[in-house]
Amino acid sequence: MRVEMFTFLLTAAICLAGSAGVVLLRNPVHNALSLVATLFGVAVLFIQQGAYFLAAIQVIVYAGAIVILFLFVIMLLGVDKAEGLDRDPILGQRPAAIAAAVAILGLSLTALLSVGSRVTGQASTLAAIDGSEPNINALAKVLFTDYVFAFEITSVLLTVAVVGAVVLSRKAGSAIDVAEFPEGTTADLLQAKHDAAAVEEDVPEEVATEDETPEGEAETTEEALR
Amino acid sequence: MTSTLQSHVIAGMLANDPLLSGEVGLTTLLVVLIKVVVAFVGLLLSVILMVWFERKVIADMQNRFGPNRAGPFGLFQTIADGMKLIFKEDLMPERADPFVFKLAPFLSLVPAFLTFAIVPIAGSFNDGLDGVVTILGQQTFMQVADPQIGILLFLAMSSLAVYGIMLAGWASGSKYPLLGSVRATAQMVSYEAALGLALASVLLIAGSLSTNAIVNGQAGFRWNVWMTGLVPFVIFTIAATAELNRPPFDLVEAEQELVGGFHTEYSSFRFAMFFLAEFLNTVTMSAIIVTLFFGGPSGPTFGLTNWVGVYILPFFWFFLKLLVFLCMFVLFRATLPRFRYDQVMDLGWKLLIPASLGWFLLLVAVRVGSDQGWNLVATGLAAVAGLLAGAFLLILSIRASAAKRAAVSLPGEGT
Repeated sequence: MRVEMFTFLLTAAICLAGSAGVVLLRNPVHNALSLVATLFGVAVLFIQQGAYFLAAIQVIVYAGAIVILFLFVIMLLGVDKAEGLDRDPILGQRPAAIAAAVAILGLSLTALLSVGSRVTGQASTLAAIDGSEPNINALAKVLFTDYVFAFEITSVLLTVAVVGAVVLSRKAGSAIDVAEFPEGTTADLLQAKHDAAAVEEDVPEEVATEDETPEGEAETTEEALR
Repeated sequence: MTSTLQSHVIAGMLANDPLLSGEVGLTTLLVVLIKVVVAFVGLLLSVILMVWFERKVIADMQNRFGPNRAGPFGLFQTIADGMKLIFKEDLMPERADPFVFKLAPFLSLVPAFLTFAIVPIAGSFNDGLDGVVTILGQQTFMQVADPQIGILLFLAMSSLAVYGIMLAGWASGSKYPLLGSVRATAQMVSYEAALGLALASVLLIAGSLSTNAIVNGQAGFRWNVWMTGLVPFVIFTIAATAELNRPPFDLVEAEQELVGGFHTEYSSFRFAMFFLAEFLNTVTMSAIIVTLFFGGPSGPTFGLTNWVGVYILPFFWFFLKLLVFLCMFVLFRATLPRFRYDQVMDLGWKLLIPASLGWFLLLVAVRVGSDQGWNLVATGLAAVAGLLAGAFLLILSIRASAAKRAAVSLPGEGT
């Protein structure tokens, strides 16, 4: 078996297993990890096609930034428990998803069988490899001459999207209610808490140890202020 | 799919390396194998020495002896510790996620090894040799691989290294490791941006991603550290320290707050792997700094082209430069107090990223000016004026948001 066939089969297996894992596993963290496996497999396939820059960007941007953010949110929100999958949030979601999947598969197979190798992009890849210069230089030349306008417009679009997300996530006029916080600087509050702890040490039955939870701290502070 | 395509692919992966440009025979494979083994063993040895060196220097600075039992000057202390760790009981918390818990140390260790593959450690860059050496009659570079993507491999690996720490904390099923890993992830992702932008300045000067070409461009003391005007080097070094989670950026394992941080629940050999990865990363990062800013193994070879001029002297220069940065990291650890978390984030987002971006734009302006034949002084002044205006706006917006926050949050509290 030739090396490239072996590499292809191995990476294809990793990609497919990863994507199956994304859909089938119950734990969100495992889903995200399966996604990383798929992205990594695709990066290897890119290298096999001679698209080195694309492979590097695939790893840096998708595996290194986007999935990290997924995981970060999952961990931060503590939703890393198995989700209840018995009930669909949207009525008829499951049959619709199956229908869409079958339709897309049918479309891809029809395109592949009727048009042949053109849809796989084999022709364009071979053309790129035949050039003697590294594909980073070729890509940069095209990106900053012929398509510079489209490129800049895309970056502006992304910036607008980020600003929009920030604006939308900030609720207008929902300032924090100052009245619910005790008066005084942090140093004063800490001093008051310290004094209260010193007083409580005289009473052995009372729990004078530090309470770990924020609620406990808030109570101590309130007691100290009274 | 033809065999020409395959040879293109292999040639592309090792890019300018002349080793794989012709026929790939058994000798070629042997050379590749030798290079891999030398890099692997050399890196492991350097880590063992680095651990000893760091402990000795810190002990000296704290008026202690440091390791002095195992071997001469305590040199074998690391090996003794390693043996001890291997024979310790391997524990896994009850609430841990078994698969991810076992996977995480490997995700930490493997990127640390792979990054070193692109570091040139020897080879003469004088007399038009371009770092080419001849091993067993095969021409090659003194680095495991010189891919087209070059230094991007380093960025890719450093972004993958986040997974090891992040998953270790999550999979432990325990409170403090999770907090430590959330901190680590936020910090590493933040500083990766500054790291990449500082790197962009070097790439602008070098005009290539290949580490061999970057080093070759710095031959004859045209080091990038002053070719890029010092600022990218300073930013890169700070961001690299944060990326390594070394002091003063070691909030990830702040003992007073988080027990041991992300590896609290790890014991035995899995802990040893995290420990190893940390020091591997330190050595590799120092090597990357030397490659990018200080000309790697290039240096005076006194006209020698025999094995002394090709192997011994360049490796000596490389090692000397590497040692300076290893010392720097140790001294950072010995002398600097740990940052507060909001200070880390402020430094990264509000200072390092804008500064590296601004400096990059300045270099670009000067570069375009010299290409177009503009008056360089006027171009530079205009660029500086533009950047100052941008900096002024940035400072204003930071102050405005701070004032707004202070108005609504707890009086006297900064955040």
